[in-house]
Amino acid sequence: MSAPRLVVGVDVGGTYTDLFLFDEASGVARVHKLASTRGQEAVGFADGVAALAKLADVSAIVHGTTVGTNALLERKGARAGLITTAGFRDVLEMRRRDRRQTWGLTGSFVPPIPRDLRAEVPERTLADGSILEPVDAAAVQAAARRLHAAGAEALCIVFLHSYANPANERAALAAARAVWPNAHIAISSDILPEIREFERTSTTSLNAVLQPVVGAYLAALDDRLRADGFAGEFLIVQSNGGVMSVATAQALPVRTALSGPAAGVIAAAHIATAADFPDVITGDVGGTSFDVSLIEAGVPALAAESTLDFGLVVRTPMVEITTIGAGGGSIALVDAAGLLRVGPESAGSVPGPVCYGRGGERPTVTDANVVLGRINAARPIGGTLGTLDAEAAARAIGRLVGDPLGLSVTEAAGAILRVANARMAGALRLVSIERGHDPKRFTLMPFGGGGALHAGALLREVGLARALVPRFPGVTSALGCVIADMRHDRVHTLNRLLDSIDPAALRAEMDAAAADLAALLDRAGVAFTGRRVEHALDMSYVGQTHTVAVPLALARDGAGPLDHAALMAAFRGAYRAAYGRLLEGVPMRVLNLRSAVIGERPKIDLLSLAPAADASLAAAHLGERQVWFGDWRATPVFDRLALPVGAVIAGPAVLEQPDATILLDPGHHGRVDRFGNLIIEAAP
Amino acid sequence: MDPITLAVLKGRLEQIADEMDATLFRAAFNPTIAEAHDACHGLYDAATGATLVQGKSGLPIFVGVMAFATKAVIDKFPDAVDGDIFIFNDPYLGGTHLSDLRLIRPVFRNGSIFCWLGSVGHWHDVGGAVPGNYNPAATEYFQEGVLIPPVRLYAAGVLRQDIVDILRAASRLPDIAYGDLQAHLSALDLGVSRVAALLDEYGVATVAAALTELRARAALLMRAQIAALPDGTWSEEDFLDNDGRTDMPLRIAVDVRKSGERLTLDLSRSAPACAGPVNISRATTVASVYVALKHLFPEVPANSGVLDPVEVIVPPGSLLDAQPPAPVGGYTETILRIIDVLFCVFARMRPDAAYGNAYGTINALSIAGRRGDGRRWVLFQFFGGGHGGNPEGDGLSHGNPPIATAIIPPVETMEAAYPVRYRQWALREGSGGAGAHRGGLGAIYEIEVLEESAEAFVFAERARFAPRGVLGGGDGAKNVVRYRQGGVWTVPPLGSKVVGVALRRGDCVRLETPGGGGWGDPASRDTAAAAQDRRMGYVA
Repeated sequence: MSAPRLVVGVDVGGTYTDLFLFDEASGVARVHKLASTRGQEAVGFADGVAALAKLADVSAIVHGTTVGTNALLERKGARAGLITTAGFRDVLEMRRRDRRQTWGLTGSFVPPIPRDLRAEVPERTLADGSILEPVDAAAVQAAARRLHAAGAEALCIVFLHSYANPANERAALAAARAVWPNAHIAISSDILPEIREFERTSTTSLNAVLQPVVGAYLAALDDRLRADGFAGEFLIVQSNGGVMSVATAQALPVRTALSGPAAGVIAAAHIATAADFPDVITGDVGGTSFDVSLIEAGVPALAAESTLDFGLVVRTPMVEITTIGAGGGSIALVDAAGLLRVGPESAGSVPGPVCYGRGGERPTVTDANVVLGRINAARPIGGTLGTLDAEAAARAIGRLVGDPLGLSVTEAAGAILRVANARMAGALRLVSIERGHDPKRFTLMPFGGGGALHAGALLREVGLARALVPRFPGVTSALGCVIADMRHDRVHTLNRLLDSIDPAALRAEMDAAAADLAALLDRAGVAFTGRRVEHALDMSYVGQTHTVAVPLALARDGAGPLDHAALMAAFRGAYRAAYGRLLEGVPMRVLNLRSAVIGERPKIDLLSLAPAADASLAAAHLGERQVWFGDWRATPVFDRLALPVGAVIAGPAVLEQPDATILLDPGHHGRVDRFGNLIIEAAP
Repeated sequence: MDPITLAVLKGRLEQIADEMDATLFRAAFNPTIAEAHDACHGLYDAATGATLVQGKSGLPIFVGVMAFATKAVIDKFPDAVDGDIFIFNDPYLGGTHLSDLRLIRPVFRNGSIFCWLGSVGHWHDVGGAVPGNYNPAATEYFQEGVLIPPVRLYAAGVLRQDIVDILRAASRLPDIAYGDLQAHLSALDLGVSRVAALLDEYGVATVAAALTELRARAALLMRAQIAALPDGTWSEEDFLDNDGRTDMPLRIAVDVRKSGERLTLDLSRSAPACAGPVNISRATTVASVYVALKHLFPEVPANSGVLDPVEVIVPPGSLLDAQPPAPVGGYTETILRIIDVLFCVFARMRPDAAYGNAYGTINALSIAGRRGDGRRWVLFQFFGGGHGGNPEGDGLSHGNPPIATAIIPPVETMEAAYPVRYRQWALREGSGGAGAHRGGLGAIYEIEVLEESAEAFVFAERARFAPRGVLGGGDGAKNVVRYRQGGVWTVPPLGSKVVGVALRRGDCVRLETPGGGGWGDPASRDTAAAAQDRRMGYVA
């Protein structure tokens, strides 16, 4: 018998901390869920891991975190200072001259680094990389001292055109380091060597604001785990779905902006690929939002940029997650024109839906699900709420939705779900049809506690092939932590005509980027089962400002010949796919080179999660209750985790498990596959 | 129609327009569309051209004018067939100015037109005397660019290459015009296929009923909003600096009569038509009223039902009813002033939702020349300013104008594309109007020419009359435009409008843009907010 090799994934969310333990040696997996200890995350974190295994026996802990995201959204980041090119102190506050919403001229903007902590120094680089004026080192040091005296705990330096030539930034970094008292110091060309000063300044500034916060958080966690005997690797999930070392996360905390959700998408890709459905759209129904992402051929789509809130732009490759304000807590109302609206306003977790009995008075999607019998009011998921107050939910729906629309309570609850489902369907269309993907090819993977309540309706609305409900939908992100690869990305602006690109020089540039990124993998001290290298170019016709992503077909290690004809063919293929036409006689331009190096980590054999061999349908049958599907129907209720492999259940039915509820609509049936996933399809 | 299906279809229809917007923005060549989003898509009524649905990301002012543009095509081409695509930029028929090319395409179903799709965007250059087409000295539209009347670009699915050749020949930047044209066509292709899929799914009758119902509900909601206002009469007026020819202020006046559910906005006391290019067509005037009302009542859906209970009186022969060949290139300035006046009058009618004026000018700058190798370059850019203080808080600093959702291209992109260097890109301290809630700050931009020679053109406003505060709030700072030739700074004689400024290497143009007007009595400003203003240097 081999020694255990335990890996624990930990996803700390706002309400719950989810853990997933996997023994790579034996293939055994276990899950655990406990309430998050906000502000004292290290305590709940260590307690949670200790509940699953002796820390000394754990070889790796992989963490998905929302600490960084919350600090940015709640404006609880550290005080940071910015040193920038003379004349450009206000780039961060001027944004791209946008506004919060199209209609109505309200809403102001608080920059992440306040104006009195933004200093200018003489220096100037031009667009072609030539240096018009070298940086004044003494001015940099004076500015750094002043910013520190004014309370800055972190420092960042952003100069114009540093993507084209970082020399002035590097000289400034050297000068500032000599006087800056801590390690929280960075230059924009190290964080994002890409053209567009606002996006680069925003990303670099948000990184600075996070460095002290995330750095301290991770240090406290690491200390606590080590003190309790943990001697393994501690890794953090990045927004791109790969993991990084704690040291990298402390230097580049902005890369944790979508850490938790990205881990969920990674898990979905793995689960779906194992189940032979590699084309997937994930749908995570949370309290306030519905998060959607697309996975094609087992690979999650990546986005180059995300806006966390008005004016808070993070530009770093991340798993593309489209969020709309339609979750369980989304509020339903009838507007002055007599139209039923659901969300984006949310009751959140406080006061929460009316049925929680915590003071919520406005009806939500969850209230509608309770009133229609879809959620078990006597035994809500998560285990921290006693029972739900279905009658209060019904009263609120009747008063605020039913009466104004002339509908009964039941009809009004049904209408709330219909509108909510239509909005969720819109988000699914956004990532599929709108991007040229035929939904009939895709499998919906609902996760989160409530995702599987809406799966049937979404299949019908969007025309998706089927839904796959993973065995543990409520701990998907924690599972993703365990299996995520280590991944490092780099973008570098080239901004050259295709005709003027020397393929040999480009090849050398790609190899250099790959070598730098590989060194990051080496330094992490993690054993990988394999490595691969990916390169892509951002290209356009000359004159366009937006680019299309052009992946380069290369060998697994990134090697392979490059020539103009191949680059042009790759561009034309990508352009035609995006816009349905090509332009004749217009020259092409290469804006950016994007490189990624991926260190592959061992994957879970998901069969280890499969139902026990002695499971039976009869034992899983819990009884029945009335559920509304346009009319009230006596609907059987099953214990989902007790269903045997191969079981087929005809809708209508409700499947319950501690962390999720699954609804099988009439006309659908659910089949338990060999991994314990539930596959929902139209009944033959 | 049942309200639930209606809500579902509303979302689906808006998504179609949004998706067309996104396609054009990504595929377009000129930064005014690609980066600044000076474009719009929508669905328009088969018979009347009325706006049925508009995207959320398109330029607000187009929502109203595209109805007139579609109507112009309907009137001229009763013989439209499936596969036709029409193109034009005639501002007297379709509103706004010559830079805005409109592509209009019918969507056929069962042999008849179900609706029209429109795709409009601001092209980089359409000829005329001034590169980029903002010519403050124009006295006829011929000096502003080439006017294209409504013509068939595609006839029953077949491209008319001769029209493409004319469009290319009209522009100083033919390749960019060609690229933008292709991008519009991609957006229309996509819209047609999306509408077809929706009709397949829900049926013609259901979708048509939803469109009718949405318009009725917008009108209903607008009536309810009007009914909640006090009855009475109010008047406000403000002025444009001048028409770009003669330094005489031009009055924009509104007399409001409100009774029950009816609202009359009478613009009759506004100035007569002028020699310079701040005239606007009737279509543009009506559209600007629509934009103001949508800002004041943001919850009303974006379709032409908003205007049903509103009577807009446009005086014939005034600068708000331009007739050809009166120049209209500076239409943005006039509509911004209409919106300012309406904001001021509504601040009195409904003080709890008052906005201070936003900065009130588009600040169009073009700098053009030839590179060392003889290639022509045309930098064209709009600049930002402050928004007004409002009940929720201080005005936004460096916002976009109320008529647009445009964003500004980055300095690095501009410097990579054109032989210029930005010397400064900063907030303009002290430019926000004082108030309990201060106006947002304007900005300072200073741009230096790096080539041997170039010419600059500025078309702006608010150099003479400041953006106004409301409910006792102070005015924002006025616009200041200057240029430096050989070390000597000059302010244009007309304030913020100037043509053909000869610049040599090292010369520069400097804009100091207006802040927004303040909201409420400055003496009642929160002391912590006032201290913060001083610490951050937001106030002088």
